[in-house]
Order: sequence, then structure tokens, then C-alpha cells
Amino acid sequence: MDTVLLSRLQFGITIVYHFFFVPVSIGLAGLVAGMQTAWVRTDNPRYLKLTRFYGKLFLINFTIGVVTGIVQEFQFGMNWSAFSRFVGDIFGAPLALEGLLAFFMESTFLGLWIFGWDKLPKKVHLACIWLVAVGTVLSAFWILAANSFMQHPVGYTINTELGRAELIDFGAVLTNPVLLATMPHQISACYMVGASVVTAAAAWHLVRVARTDRAGQAAMIAAGGTAADYVRDPEDEDSRSAFRTALKIGTVTLLIAGALTFIAGDTQGKVMTDVQPMKMAAAEALYNTEKPASFSIITIGTLDGRHEVWAIKVPRLLSFLAHSNFTGEVQGINNLQTEYAQKYGPGDYAPNIPVTYWTFRIMMGVGFVAFAGGVLILWLTRNGRDPATTGFWGLVWRYGPILLPFLPLLGNSFGWIFTEMGRQPWLVFGLLPTRDGISPNLTPVQVLISLIILTGLYGVLAVIELRLFTRAISAGLPDVEPEPEPDSADKPLSYAY
Amino acid sequence: MDLTTVWFIIEAVLWIGYFVLEGFDFGVGLSLPLIGRKDRERHAVLSTIMPVWDGNEVWVIVAGGAMFAAFPGWYATTFSTFYLPLLAILVGLIVRAVGLEYREHREDAAWRRRWDLCIIIGSFLPALLWGVAFGNIVRGLPINAQHDFTGSLLDLLNPFALLAGLVTLSLFLTHGSVFLVLRTSGELRLRAKRQASVVGAITVVLGVGLLFWLNRLPGIENHRAVLVCSIITALALLFGLGMHLLDRDGWSFAGTAVTVGGLVITLFTALYPRLIPSTTNPEWSLTIHNSSATHYTLTIMTWSAVVLVPIVIAYQAWSYWTFRKRITLPAVDVADPSLENRPAPASPSAAK
Repeated sequence: MDTVLLSRLQFGITIVYHFFFVPVSIGLAGLVAGMQTAWVRTDNPRYLKLTRFYGKLFLINFTIGVVTGIVQEFQFGMNWSAFSRFVGDIFGAPLALEGLLAFFMESTFLGLWIFGWDKLPKKVHLACIWLVAVGTVLSAFWILAANSFMQHPVGYTINTELGRAELIDFGAVLTNPVLLATMPHQISACYMVGASVVTAAAAWHLVRVARTDRAGQAAMIAAGGTAADYVRDPEDEDSRSAFRTALKIGTVTLLIAGALTFIAGDTQGKVMTDVQPMKMAAAEALYNTEKPASFSIITIGTLDGRHEVWAIKVPRLLSFLAHSNFTGEVQGINNLQTEYAQKYGPGDYAPNIPVTYWTFRIMMGVGFVAFAGGVLILWLTRNGRDPATTGFWGLVWRYGPILLPFLPLLGNSFGWIFTEMGRQPWLVFGLLPTRDGISPNLTPVQVLISLIILTGLYGVLAVIELRLFTRAISAGLPDVEPEPEPDSADKPLSYAY
Repeated sequence: MDLTTVWFIIEAVLWIGYFVLEGFDFGVGLSLPLIGRKDRERHAVLSTIMPVWDGNEVWVIVAGGAMFAAFPGWYATTFSTFYLPLLAILVGLIVRAVGLEYREHREDAAWRRRWDLCIIIGSFLPALLWGVAFGNIVRGLPINAQHDFTGSLLDLLNPFALLAGLVTLSLFLTHGSVFLVLRTSGELRLRAKRQASVVGAITVVLGVGLLFWLNRLPGIENHRAVLVCSIITALALLFGLGMHLLDRDGWSFAGTAVTVGGLVITLFTALYPRLIPSTTNPEWSLTIHNSSATHYTLTIMTWSAVVLVPIVIAYQAWSYWTFRKRITLPAVDVADPSLENRPAPASPSAAK
């Protein structure tokens, strides 16, 4: 194993792992801020309870998102020092601005939000969570600005004497078409995740209350009474009404965010066709240029991914995805390979086709299924209906909510695997091959050590996080009775979130 | 002034921000087993940093990001050279952060002990290794003409760098102890006071030794400035410890804060205008001139920093102001000693 392969593997693992937590943070921050706003405006304690409940989930998740984020920043220099030297003049600025503009804001105001409930005026405290939510989005903007430069370098010149890319137009970097297309797609995809978490936790509690109800009614009937004699426990009553609200907030957000993700994704596909035609061809396993091009539902290629063996296709659809018309030409892998070999010299310029092809499909597939899940939940709970507890729908309600958040989450992960693998063999498209970006003084043993330690640590953390998450969900709504108390000296802070 | 010099100064400011703020965080984490003997005491000790540690930690992310943007060459060489130490720092920061956040999630003694251990290890590793890293940077490293490190891990473990590591470790522990003296009351404060006195004395010995050695390092161009900074740093430490003995908690904390800042300034002054001296050939040293970004990038970054850094300082200061009161442990019901090990009763806002 060489350092390049190991470093790529390590970067892939750390970034995909990091990105299990980021979308949850971005999506939940906004939704929790919305719930708290509803509380401040209506004074209805139901919204306060929901804010606390989902706020706790947000915090459990946020921590791991932050610490795994530091690993990314360090890895650019640790494993990819040649890359850092090459693009630092351009790449470093968004990264530094991410810290200055977003991270400080997120972490400082999050501390104020967690511990400031009884120390800050209501509206100031509310502003804190909104600043956190805005911070998470700003953070995404800056890191996407840096990433978009790697996908489609703009606003630079090459200094051959120093062997590096130098910034000449920061405005161009910040209005990179790839950035403008990726940003809405990414943010709405993150909100799909946050909304799914809200929906899933709410659905879990509604199922629980429905089961208790049915059991209580059955006991009444067994005791000689009628189902109508059964009176729900006040706590369950409370839970049911609050989580019905949460379910609606979650599903409606999921559908809106889902629709925006699809629209933005379509725009992104057109930009990608324009600036990274090879990635588009790889996404479709389109080997030969077609005009009009058909969209592949399934393509089976040779094992080395060089040629198509068999495929099911929808005529002209790919032309539409690429160009918004049904007749446009879409370039194929083989044609682009010839073109790139002439432009950049001999070499293999196609990414791993099976990986790009399947990750692209899984990304879209799980996104659509999550959207359909949202529609289904809205339909099943129409007019105040309770979840089914028996039969086929009982099974769907039992397992569906647990699975729901994983769908957009996997959509996000596969989307990133696709976009990063689709950029290969380039680290910076057209400028720096991946192989040339590695730290020259790195030994395979060093990378192997870090790979094993980080992956092992991540595995343990994932288990702990999932357990805390499920514990927090099953603990149900918090008690928020006001207990006025003089604020003379600080007791140890409560961070029982 | 040349923009590269401006950025050298801003870089120093960011590291000062990081070490002054997270320095006491680390000290509080290290004090956990010494000052917090029972669970509720450890909870109280951690309460002093809970709302702010995360914001403190961002300073290192920004210092790293600014290094990447302003001196890409410096960033590339430093981070790839300290591969394994940085891995240890990362592991430390990860387990520490997770420990701080997750400790209170379960009322389970074993769970909390495990996270306490993570907090201690996670405070120890960075507190020691940042010193080792900066010690090496100032002392110089075997760097070739391409600015890549040619040595091995053993080259990083030289006596000067190790002493620098011990100094940051003991200085941060002192800094954290006087912070605890400032932020707690009763028995906890007394324990913190005893600890600050002992560790403070050790820090004086180690610190003065390091400053002597630093002034005698080869290749330094600003002898007089380094000497002045060294003396101010040493005086600040003595001032902080003196105020500590006089029970002037605020002044004592200010003294250790200036010491930490002074140490960073001394190290940066000893470096200037170099970024990493090459021990292989002085010609191959990284300097602010051969490792910096372009004038255009530095201009953008300068405007961003001039506008944003004061805003950040303002809201972080506000956050400290919001949580300024001393932490006082509520009295324990003596009739029921089993309560001793229970977590402290939640404050009014407690999320149940």
C-alpha cells in the first residue's frame, strides 16, 4: 500500500464520517431555532418542550461534528502538504474565513444558548440559537467555496516559478458556478436530514402512545368496560399532541427541502456537464458521445469499467438533465479520454466508473424514497389519525421511522463520494493530479497508524452517539415547569442536555 | 509595514488567543482528579469552563486556517512534519471534547469516570505537545531545499523541545489553577490555591530555564527584543504568583494570562523573520518572504481580520461576562452521605 492510496482512504473515511454529523447539525439547528421562535411568539409550553427535546439531539450530534471537522483541516497539511503548498494562496482564505466568520459564532453562541436559559433575556437567548443556525450555513458556504475551486478552478493564475496557483480574483472564487449550484443543493439536502430526524423521533413517540392506548382500551374491554372508558395518561396526552406538531413540522420541512434538493440537483447536473463533462459521463456510465443522450437506469459494464455490456435506458432524458432540452449532445467517457490525453498528456483521465455510476444512483434513489416517506407519513396521519400498531401498516410504523433519517443521510454521503470520486484523477481539476498532492516526507506506516487510530476512534464514537441519541429520544419530552430562584451565586451549571 | 510581517503578527495574536484561552481549559481539565475528588466536585470544576471551552478551541482552528491562507508553505511544512504529534493532539482534542459534552448525559459512575479520564488525557496531550511542536519550530528542523522535513520522529524529541513541552504543560496547569481559584469558592478554591502554589513554583524553574536556553539558541536575529520579552514574561509569572499569594484572584489570573501571551511573543520574536529555521542549511529556512501567500490574498485576509477579529473578541468577552459568577457547591445534606457522590442538583434552567 502506498501513502497516496492510504491517505485517500483516510481522507475519505474521515470526511464521510464527519459528514454523518454535519447535515444533522445544519438541519436541526434551523428547525430547533424555528421551534424556539414559535415558543417565544406563542408562549405555548409545547414548543419549549420540543425545543429542549430536539435541542438535546442537536447537541449530542454537534460535538462529534465539530471535533471531526478539526481533523479535516489538519489533514490538508498533514497528508497533503504538496497540495497545500500548491493551492494555499486560494484555498486557505475560505478556510480561515470559515473559522473567523462561522466557527467562532457557532461555538460561542451555542455555549450561550446551552447555559444561558436563565441568564439571558428570552429574545437575546433566542437570537443565540439563530446565530448558531446561521453559522452552520455560513460554514457550509466557505468549505464549499474551497471545494468548488478543486472541482472547477477559477480566479487564479499559475506561477510557474513558485509552482503554485495564485489568487487573482476572489470574487470569481466566491461566485464559482459550481459553488452557486452546490450550495442550495447541499443546504436543502441537510435540511432533509434534520427534518427526517425530527419526523422519526416524533413518529416513534406517536407509535408508542398509540400502542399504550390500544393496550389500555383492550384492558378496559377485558374488564367489562368499553374502549371509550379508557383515559389516556396526561403525560402521554401531552406527548401525543406535542409530537403531532413535531411530526407535521418534520414532514412538511422534509417535503419542501426534498423538492428544493431535486431542483437544485438538476441545476447542479447542468453545471457539472458544463465544467466537468467527464464526471457527468461517469455518473451515467456513458461511454460514447450521444446526441440525443438517453438516461441509464441500469448499466452493466465490463469489470474494468471501460465498456458497456448491457443497459436499460430512457431515451433523451440525459440530454434533458444535462442541457434542459431533449436533443443536446452529451459527451462520452471514451471521447473525453481522448480529448484529455491530448490536452494534459498521456494518462487515464476517467474516474472509477462503477463507483461514480452507483453512488450517483444511490444518492438520487434514497433521496426520492425519503421524499416518498414524508408524503406517506403525512397521508397516514391525516385528520389526526394515529399510527397503526398491527398488521402491515403496524410493521411500517414500527421500522419506518427508525430507517427514515438514514435515507437522506446516506444520500448526502453518497453524493459526496460521487462528487469527490468523480473528480479523480485530479485533486484540483486540470491542474494538480491527486498523486502529486501528497506530503513527500510521509511514510506508509505513519499513515497506516493514523488511519487505524482515527477509524477505530470513530467507530467507538459512532456507537456511543447512537446510544445517547436513542436514549434521549426514548426519554421523551422534558419537564419545563418554571422554578424561579434567586441568581446570587452560580451553582455548578446544568448541562444535563 | 510589510503585509507578511502584519500576518506574522496576526498569526502570533491568534496563537496567543488560543493558548491564553484554551490554556486554562487544559489546566482545568488536568486539575480534574486533583481538585474534584467527588463526582459533584468534578462537575463543579468543569462548570467553570463548560460554556466557553468550545469557543476557546476555535482559536486553534482559525490559527491553523490563517496559517494555511497567509503562509501556505509554513502550514504545509509544519503540519506534515509533526504528523504523529498532531495525530496525538487530534485524538486528545476529540476525546476531550466528547468527554466534556457527554459526561453529564448519564448518571452512571463508571460512565463518568471513563469520560473524566478522557478529559484528563485530552487536556494532557495537547498541553504537552503544542509546547514540543513550538519548541522544535523555534529551535529549527532538518529541512531540505524543497522545505520538506527530512528527519524522523526522534529528531522532534530533542531536549529543548521537550523542555518547551514541560513548560507549556506546567504553565497551563498553573493558569488553569488560578482560573479555578478565581471561579470557585470554599473547599474547591482552597485546593486550587494549594495546587497553584506548588505547580506555579515548578513553572518558575522550568520557565526561566527555557527562557535562558531560548536566548542562547543559534540563528536568532533579534537578541535584545527576545531578552526584553523573556524578562517581561518571567516578571508576569512572578507577578501572577505574587498576587496569588496575596489572594488577589483577578490580578493573579491576569498575570498568568500575560505570561502565556508573553511566552508566545518571545517565541515568535525569536523566530522572526524566519518561520522554521533549517538546521541542514540556513539558506533553506522557511521565512515570511519565501513561504507567504500573494500580496492580493494577504490584502483580502487583512481586511477580513481587521473587521472580524474585534467582533469575535467582543462577543466572546460578552459570553465570559454572562458566565462571570463564582461557582458555589450547594451544601450537602450531612445526614445522607450517599448524596455526596450524586451530581449536584440542577440549576433552575435544568433540562430534565
